[in-house]
Amino acid sequence: MTEQQGTARPIVEATDVHKWFQRNEVLRGVSLQVQRGEVVVIIGPSGSGKTTFLRCLNHLEKIQSGSILIDGESIGYRTVDGRLKEDNEASIAKIRAEIGMVFQRFNLFPHMTAMQNVMEAPIHVRGVEKDEAEARARDLLAKVGLGHKLESFPAQLSGGQQQRVAIARALAMHPKLMLFDEATSALDPELVGEVLKVMQQLAEEGMTMVVVTHEMGFARNVAHRAVFMDGGVIVEEGPPAEVFEHPQHERTKTFLGMVQH
Amino acid sequence: MHVAGLTVIAAAGSGFDWGEVGKYLFDRDILQGALITVVMAVLSQFTGTLIGLLLYLMRRSNFLPIRWFAELYIWFFRGTPLLVQLELLFLSFSEFHLVRPIRQIDFFPSLGFDRIVLEAVLPALIAFSLNEGAYMAEIVRAGIDSIDVGQMEAAKSLGMTYGLAMRRIILPQAARVIIPPLGNEFNNMLKNISLASVIGLYELLRVAEAYGFTDFKPVEVVITASIWYLAMTTVWGFIQSYMERRLNASNTPIQPPSLMQRMFSGWRPKPVNTTAEAIAEIGQH
Ligand SMILES: Nc1ncnc2c1ncn2[C@@H]1O[C@H](COP(=O)(O)OP(=O)(O)OP(=O)(O)O)[C@@H](O)[C@H]1O
Ligand SMILES: [Mg+2]
Repeated sequence: MTEQQGTARPIVEATDVHKWFQRNEVLRGVSLQVQRGEVVVIIGPSGSGKTTFLRCLNHLEKIQSGSILIDGESIGYRTVDGRLKEDNEASIAKIRAEIGMVFQRFNLFPHMTAMQNVMEAPIHVRGVEKDEAEARARDLLAKVGLGHKLESFPAQLSGGQQQRVAIARALAMHPKLMLFDEATSALDPELVGEVLKVMQQLAEEGMTMVVVTHEMGFARNVAHRAVFMDGGVIVEEGPPAEVFEHPQHERTKTFLGMVQH
Repeated sequence: MHVAGLTVIAAAGSGFDWGEVGKYLFDRDILQGALITVVMAVLSQFTGTLIGLLLYLMRRSNFLPIRWFAELYIWFFRGTPLLVQLELLFLSFSEFHLVRPIRQIDFFPSLGFDRIVLEAVLPALIAFSLNEGAYMAEIVRAGIDSIDVGQMEAAKSLGMTYGLAMRRIILPQAARVIIPPLGNEFNNMLKNISLASVIGLYELLRVAEAYGFTDFKPVEVVITASIWYLAMTTVWGFIQSYMERRLNASNTPIQPPSLMQRMFSGWRPKPVNTTAEAIAEIGQH
């Protein structure tokens, strides 16, 4: 936990989250707090529940018990007479608008140019004026190094460029939290760097980020905290250097041994 | 009864005459019949498409009875002949006196009919729309399902509601998949409107038949009607090609067919993915 944040309200406060897919319990009581400005990486073997947990944070997945607060607000559920009840669509959408998400497979809108992708949500969700949205989209695309690709369609961009547009698209909503789910896993190796650079820059600017990744270099150098998940639980967590150099648990050692050769 | 009548008249008719066809072709009543066919087809296709979208939404409702209703609806309208549906609608309208002749309209004076059978218009519109809705439901579903789920998730993660995401993100992409089979539906619709002649709607075929009976020129008038049907479907073919070309202008993998391909080679979309193929199948009912 970063000291300078003091006792301020955490941006993410997940408590004892349980999630089943049919009979399969995928999250078995996950609790995680993320402070404002903190960068947390989640690592762990395939199938350990990293993606699922991340998707629960913006309610793309339902949870069966536990609670998730985003900046103090419960996402997805209200407590009615002591029981969890799914919230209405508009309230969920409102909180989601504050959470940027970057997907492994980019999910850009293919019928829109880079500019239109970035302007879409500010205009149609927030009601921002077109001129203003356009100016911000231009700035953001320049910031991710795509000032020269404003009018390109996703199909005309490389994977790395598409992912950078996707990051700009999320940033256009002024999110207070950014979620990255293996943002570089679908990229050719030579394109990974350009995306990680943008993510690092964001981290340095103080963006609160939860990053699921297999990029151990990024985890080590950029994250404030590393969380190791296995079998639907958080096995251990701590400063990346600690977790990587002195893992406490067998499972962590095995996993790190595998990914670090 | 119908066919028996035609046979009698055919027997009574004297030799075939192209000149007669030319005369009938631009007859005012025939033109009006053609116009009614087009108007009925456009209205029915429009309403049917909306019903198709509604059925799609009902099918994914959380409320089981609504899903059941949608399935039952589609089962019924795809499982019975359109002609039967027309008659059912028409009969229940007259059974319950839902529509009376509203007023006298001299729409077809030269034929001696001084009253268009208004009773037929509404039941026909409803029957065609309901029937079309059942087919469009499948086409809409195939179109929407062909869009990667990641699109809806990305839209939602940006704070869009389901409705907004549908309107801005999903439907514009699905349209590209929906429009070719929708075009085929409309082509069928133009021709199927003729079925309403049996409930007394004065569309193109019925008007032509009326001439056939009175003038003893059945072959000439039926050929005249055919020429008009061909004209309508051909013009629609041009419009369809144009629309598909525009939709596909930017960056799609689906190559729209030329008019010639469409007319002579039983065109289907080139398989971009299996969904596109599935839709082509649906379009062939
Ligand atoms: N939609 C789903 N329906 C059913 N089971 C699912 C679904 N999504 C994930 N699972 C299951 O949940 C478990 C956790 O999956 P998850 O995708 O969260 O793992 P992960 O840690 O992200 O793995 P990876 O590193 O491979 O991305 C897996 O066993 C997976 O099979
Ligand atoms: Mg994953």
